[in-house]
Amino acid sequence: MFEKALKGNNYYWMWLAFLGTFIGIAAICYVRQFNYGLGLTGMSRDVSWGLYISQFTFLVGVAAGGVMVVLPYYIHNYKEFAKITILGEFLAIAALLMCLSFIVVDLGQPMRMLNVIFHAQPKSMLFYDMLVLNGYLFLNIICGWVILTSERKEVPPPKWIYFFVYLSIPFAVSIHTVTAMLYCGLPGRHFWLSAIVAPRFLASAFAAGPAFIVVAALILKRVSHFDAGKKAIDKLVTIIIYAALVNVFFVGLEFFVGYYSNMPGHIATLQYLFFGLEHNGHMYNNLVPFMWGFVVLFIIGITLLSIPYTRRHNDFWLGAGAAAIFISFWLDKGVGFVLGGFVPTPLEEVVEYYPTANEIFITIGVWAMGFFVLTVLYKIAIGVEQEIE
Amino acid sequence: MDKKRRDFLKIAGVTTLAGLGGTTVVDRLVSGSSPVQARAAQEVDPAEHGAGEQTAAAGHGEEVVKSGNRLGMVVDLRKFREHPELLEKVRQACHAEHNVPDFPNKKDVIKWIWPTGFENAFPEHSTYHLNESSEDNKVPVFCNHCDSPPCVKACPTRATFKNKDGIVAMDYHRCIGCRFCMAACPYGMRSFNWRDPRAGLDMNNINRRFPTRMRGVVEKCNFCAERVGLGEQPKCVEVCGETKAMIFGNLNDPESEIRKVLKENFTIQRKPSAGTHPSVFYIV
Repeated sequence: MFEKALKGNNYYWMWLAFLGTFIGIAAICYVRQFNYGLGLTGMSRDVSWGLYISQFTFLVGVAAGGVMVVLPYYIHNYKEFAKITILGEFLAIAALLMCLSFIVVDLGQPMRMLNVIFHAQPKSMLFYDMLVLNGYLFLNIICGWVILTSERKEVPPPKWIYFFVYLSIPFAVSIHTVTAMLYCGLPGRHFWLSAIVAPRFLASAFAAGPAFIVVAALILKRVSHFDAGKKAIDKLVTIIIYAALVNVFFVGLEFFVGYYSNMPGHIATLQYLFFGLEHNGHMYNNLVPFMWGFVVLFIIGITLLSIPYTRRHNDFWLGAGAAAIFISFWLDKGVGFVLGGFVPTPLEEVVEYYPTANEIFITIGVWAMGFFVLTVLYKIAIGVEQEIE
Repeated sequence: MDKKRRDFLKIAGVTTLAGLGGTTVVDRLVSGSSPVQARAAQEVDPAEHGAGEQTAAAGHGEEVVKSGNRLGMVVDLRKFREHPELLEKVRQACHAEHNVPDFPNKKDVIKWIWPTGFENAFPEHSTYHLNESSEDNKVPVFCNHCDSPPCVKACPTRATFKNKDGIVAMDYHRCIGCRFCMAACPYGMRSFNWRDPRAGLDMNNINRRFPTRMRGVVEKCNFCAERVGLGEQPKCVEVCGETKAMIFGNLNDPESEIRKVLKENFTIQRKPSAGTHPSVFYIV
């Protein structure tokens, strides 16, 4: 089926070339980082994870969010999702490839990566994360490919594939739960040490993933003849609204626990993220604009998705609303959550993190790689779709 | 020539195998030689799950006396106040001993032991108006060699592990540089080699008894495992010498000097609420 990705109009090739340019730049930047060390990033002994791991965390959510189309279709037999299920599965593949790339570029000694298997430590959450991420990647590749192949041959998918389809649903939940456990299993980091991290991650994932699919479906409708169907999009929007509200509700609960209980450790990071933290006469607040961006975009997004006119009668506003939710939750999880957790340091100091240009270009390049893979996969899916018609 | 090469490869192969699996085999053989010995070896190894269950059962804040060794340290801050220059001397000696590079850029800094403020070291101790001596004097901080170390649990490759004597040690050759242990340490005692550490060292003047590291791996205080193994005291303790500002010993030996000091003095630990059971105690 790969031949479908080799035929496209000029816009298709220009888009791939555009992404390819950023991938190329990132490759050069990565060679620089590989030769010098992670000192080329903005990370330090105080903020020891930066953009890479925060992107990783967010993208695990995007991958898990794909299950919001798989589950209604396969468990509840919701036929409207027949066409977009493949979008969810292929989105998961691209997102997981980005996740794994972000982990690799973040390693100090990437050549020793396989030590995670050779010297496996079953007490480490990273070990389980490696298992579930690779497992979920495998499941999505096999499910997406087999089902698309049988669709092309216009035969029902083989029975055995349903085992993997159903298995992929708990796996989707597990990847984000285990990723949350990377954080909430650490003593002494108050912001992360919260039982609500995993549910909060899942809620934001179940909003961000479908929001991406809505935007993708609207774009595909314009650039190809792929129509996901109004009913399917509308149902997805309902899912996004509920999941987004639950996520913000959970964030609100964190505020309550911190500020009402007045526990210094619980307040410090929230204060730093949303209002700025004063420390030794200096105000530290470089993440404040991002966090208020999260709040404002959430309000804009949820409004656009809820008002019947913008939701149902105007594709542009619908897409803008979904994109606002996606970006909003990226700011929340892909920027604030991970970077904020390092403030204050265990020694009660405040060190702010500023990514370097080299690091930002690698990050953009990994995203470009993900979009590249996604474009190719969607091209194949649409090609098969059109062939049947 | 060919024969020599073959011999070399044979020897190299055997040595590599011995290096990779040899210790495990020897461990198995030794511990399996008699049931009593095997049990003793198990009991001695606190890194194994048995120890975890014991500590968990003991509950919050309590220390558990186990069979076997648990090396620990008492830091007498009174002595450091009497000798204000001592702390810097200790820091320099430790960093020289372990070839810890000196980078001026804060982003690259690596440190094993260093002075910090009382409130930084003990944020859980309320200090509305700190007494003068605590305000003016610094506290040395270094790895706590916890009895329940979160870094060991976090490490996905067992590059950080707990020795049978209680020392939380590192294998720099196994570390993949994921820095999960740095996020896990509630004390911020771990450093990462963001760049080639040898660039920050005077390579003609390094300590050849201890390896330099490469970039991309984590490091921290190792209680001078390499010296303790030879029956010597940790470097910092040696530098403190007769001031007795730092006392090192086996916390599980009731006759040891450190136990005597702990018995006679009121000591505090850093962040006991983290449940890590540090092996470093401070006399304020």
